[in-house]
Amino acid sequence: MSVHATARLRAEPDGRGGTALPVLESDGPLALRRTRSPLAAYARVTVVGAMSAPLNGDGLAIEADIADRARLTVDSAAATVALPGARADGEPSTYTVDLSVGEGAVLRWLPEQLVSARGSDLHLTTRVQLAATGRLLLREEQILGRHGEPSGALTTRLTVHRAGRPLLDQQLAYGPCAPGGWDGPAVLGGHRAVGQLLLADPSFEDAPLPARLLGPTAALTPLAGPAVLVTAVAADARLLRGVLDEAMHELLDGLDGDDHISASSSANRSPQRSDDGTGDMPERCPGHHSR
Amino acid sequence: MSRAALLVLADGRFPAGGHAHSGGAEPAVAEGRIRDADSLAAFCLGRLHTAGLTAAALAAAAAHGLDPLALDEAADARTPSPALRTTARKLGRQMMRAARATWPSPELDALALARPRGVHQPVVLGLTARSAGLGPVDAAHCVAYETVSGPATAVVRLLSLDPFHATAVLARLAPELDRVAEQAAEAARQGIDGLPAASAPLLDITAEAHAAWPVRLFAS
Repeated sequence: MSVHATARLRAEPDGRGGTALPVLESDGPLALRRTRSPLAAYARVTVVGAMSAPLNGDGLAIEADIADRARLTVDSAAATVALPGARADGEPSTYTVDLSVGEGAVLRWLPEQLVSARGSDLHLTTRVQLAATGRLLLREEQILGRHGEPSGALTTRLTVHRAGRPLLDQQLAYGPCAPGGWDGPAVLGGHRAVGQLLLADPSFEDAPLPARLLGPTAALTPLAGPAVLVTAVAADARLLRGVLDEAMHELLDGLDGDDHISASSSANRSPQRSDDGTGDMPERCPGHHSR
Repeated sequence: MSRAALLVLADGRFPAGGHAHSGGAEPAVAEGRIRDADSLAAFCLGRLHTAGLTAAALAAAAAHGLDPLALDEAADARTPSPALRTTARKLGRQMMRAARATWPSPELDALALARPRGVHQPVVLGLTARSAGLGPVDAAHCVAYETVSGPATAVVRLLSLDPFHATAVLARLAPELDRVAEQAAEAARQGIDGLPAASAPLLDITAEAHAAWPVRLFAS
């Protein structure tokens, strides 16, 4: 039985220098909890997985609306593990994240890793509408397979518009449903952890950062608009997080002052591992229509 | 459509400057990720289905008549590496010069006037194809082929790979090239929001590393 669930939240200034959450709706496996924010002006929401999801065939969505001048951190209690579920030949699961960041608002979207377990098939879509003076710190990490297992099928698309114009559009496809070459020397080169960290801040308009390497398999690059993107591949989740955390702290230290996105320690957790009996799942492309 | 016009546009000797670029093969050879014909084939296949598909769809969309300025913006959003944006614009300027001499058209003139510092090369190529009387699938074929012929030619020089083996890699990719070109042209028919954005993390990362090399054989 597949699950379809949409969790919603809205953040607004509370009129006392903080941020209120007039809408905080959990649904199905997506439980939203208001948690204590170490940053005074920010509200913080933690996504808590209330059951094992997504399984193939599930449709999950989160919609977050950050009103003008609100400040919000969203994180998650654990890694999200895409699993095949009972029917390995089922339809793909979808996970759609729609984020809207208003004028003068700040969103720090820092979920834990997405783990693509063997036999799973997930389409993850993240869409962001960012106002011209809105600020965004967004991290995405994909881990291809739990420890020692082949990757599930995973496609992700991250589309960010700023003031209605395209700022970043990236599509990644890995695993048994992906077109050839995804694991080869042009795309992943055998790495099993891929991550992106995006920082969009209007101050980059006047002072763009130069591109630089963050080790042999990671780079920080200024986008055509006022934003920087860190792209990294690594052997595993822990190494990837190390690179992204270091980049995040350097980036945020470079933007000090209360007016900017604040740094805050983010726990360095490894993705959850559980034995759910999928160890003998076939490495084929389940229920897929494309290619 | 004129099949001969397609040959002229797709010819490696078309004076648009592509021969100076390895398509990311130079850093891949330096790091040992391309060592032989097999790893070259894997590299080309990955590049074709990521950066190649994205670029081919931009070209098909321009050939289809979509607004080239909006396509240039879409190309920027799909190119996080500033080194690759610079390369794409430089090649776009060279393509524009060649195109206006070979298949002059008011659309090419207008685009050159609107963006004197250059437009992403696939967008210019698509508009060139349109000026030459070619269609979106033709433009997509040109770009898809360039995506793999550039690295294959470069690796012959970088590794002293046997040119017969490099060309055999390209020949074996032909069915995939046809599929990617069709897929790109189909996406272009959906309008600008339907364009793919397939990306390759290692190509983006190593393009920045390569641009900082003090001495290199290829510009990108």
